[in-house]
Amino acid sequence: MKMCLAIPARVISKKEDKAQVDFGGGVLREVNVTLVEAKVGDYVLVHAGYAIQVVDEKEALETISLWNEILSVETKIQKNGAS
Amino acid sequence: MERDPLGGNQNPEKRGKLTLMTEKLGFRDPELAKRVAKRIQELAPMKGTVKICHVCGTHEWTITHYGIRSLLPSNVEVIAGPGCPVCIVPASEIDEAVQLSLKGVTLTCFGDVLRVPGSKMSLLDAKAKGADVRIVYGVSDAVEIAKKEQDKEFVFFAVGFETTAPSTAVEVSHKPPKNLSFLISHRVIPPAMKMLAEMEDLNLNGFIAPGHVSTIIGLEPYEIFPKTYGMPTVVAGFEPLDILFAIHMITKQLNEGDPILENEYTRAVRWEGNVKAQGLMQEVFDVEDGRWRGLGTIPLSKFVLRKRYVAYDAQSKYDTKIEEGIDLQPGCRCHLVIIGKIKPTECPLFMKACTPQNPVGACMVSVEGTCRVWAKITSSLPQKT
Repeated sequence: MKMCLAIPARVISKKEDKAQVDFGGGVLREVNVTLVEAKVGDYVLVHAGYAIQVVDEKEALETISLWNEILSVETKIQKNGAS
Repeated sequence: MERDPLGGNQNPEKRGKLTLMTEKLGFRDPELAKRVAKRIQELAPMKGTVKICHVCGTHEWTITHYGIRSLLPSNVEVIAGPGCPVCIVPASEIDEAVQLSLKGVTLTCFGDVLRVPGSKMSLLDAKAKGADVRIVYGVSDAVEIAKKEQDKEFVFFAVGFETTAPSTAVEVSHKPPKNLSFLISHRVIPPAMKMLAEMEDLNLNGFIAPGHVSTIIGLEPYEIFPKTYGMPTVVAGFEPLDILFAIHMITKQLNEGDPILENEYTRAVRWEGNVKAQGLMQEVFDVEDGRWRGLGTIPLSKFVLRKRYVAYDAQSKYDTKIEEGIDLQPGCRCHLVIIGKIKPTECPLFMKACTPQNPVGACMVSVEGTCRVWAKITSSLPQKT
């Protein structure tokens, strides 16, 4: 396994410090969720059998639209500056 | 079919939903990648070279796999620092694990560690000599095995950076079975980055900080890089566009002459990091000066178990402490590859005496080692006839 890698998975069910997570396509696995405050339905990053952080879906959505905007603005400034 | 850099299933239909989601959202969108690359071209300085260093094996994988370097201007260089946790374990600590396993203790470890060379032998060699060495997916498996086989003594070889150390801290603090102890080889990344920043002949201009380590430690530990060393520092995720965005942010900061700390990986990294994990690490570990393979001793870079957990410290329990080991086999230039001073292709052993099938150095053993990552790409290129 890659040791700086963490793979996103969705929390299906939770019991105390253990949760069933779905890596997609029906790949289910029990992971330890002691380190995170994850609810059923959340995406978590899983590393070596432990959820290490909850993934913010909204932020993921916003990053790309933000970058499209940054690049449009920068390109416009570049063009104006050059003319 | 292209491999999934998130390590998931090769079939896109069966990949993790979020992996699919980030892909659909455009984190691998070639058009957007071209636009970012064009902006990086415009932001790059007219004169001189920009040298950006990352410290994560998975970042190197993404960069190499997606050919990110080919999208960059010729004077913007991205180099791989010591980001492979298995590669930097010094031979002396492999020797300790080997010695314990040969004494009859059952050693549990991550699969990547098995073939890392010690001074004389690897754990795989020890296994061939009859030692009981078992691969586990994580420390929780090591705990379960020890509970099931109470008549045996077990040691878990705890390798990894701050991404992995919290899982060890969870188990140590939750009263593991008495027949299990821990050989702690965890290392802390920011002190190694500090060492690189201070290497004058390396001339680094910016850092891409490791995304998953940062989910745990947050952003604060990187503040010294822009403040003290004037180096733009950006925490980045692992999709190809995450890397390109980070390079854009760094070149822009250099262009404007205003080095700051920024977070590109906002979907997973918060300013404060994972506070619970930090608390547990503090409860369980002290920080000491530590040796890194090929790099020497780095101040305050190694986790050790606090005195209150001495009963779980394999070094004390079995009186095993090896100070010196042979980190580099003759001809091996891992120590230069690991700090990005030379490319794997500049090592005379690369793909000749040292291959993934017969690795000489640690950088060729681990799937995250720079030489191993490059070997995969080199071998997939069309061969000259």
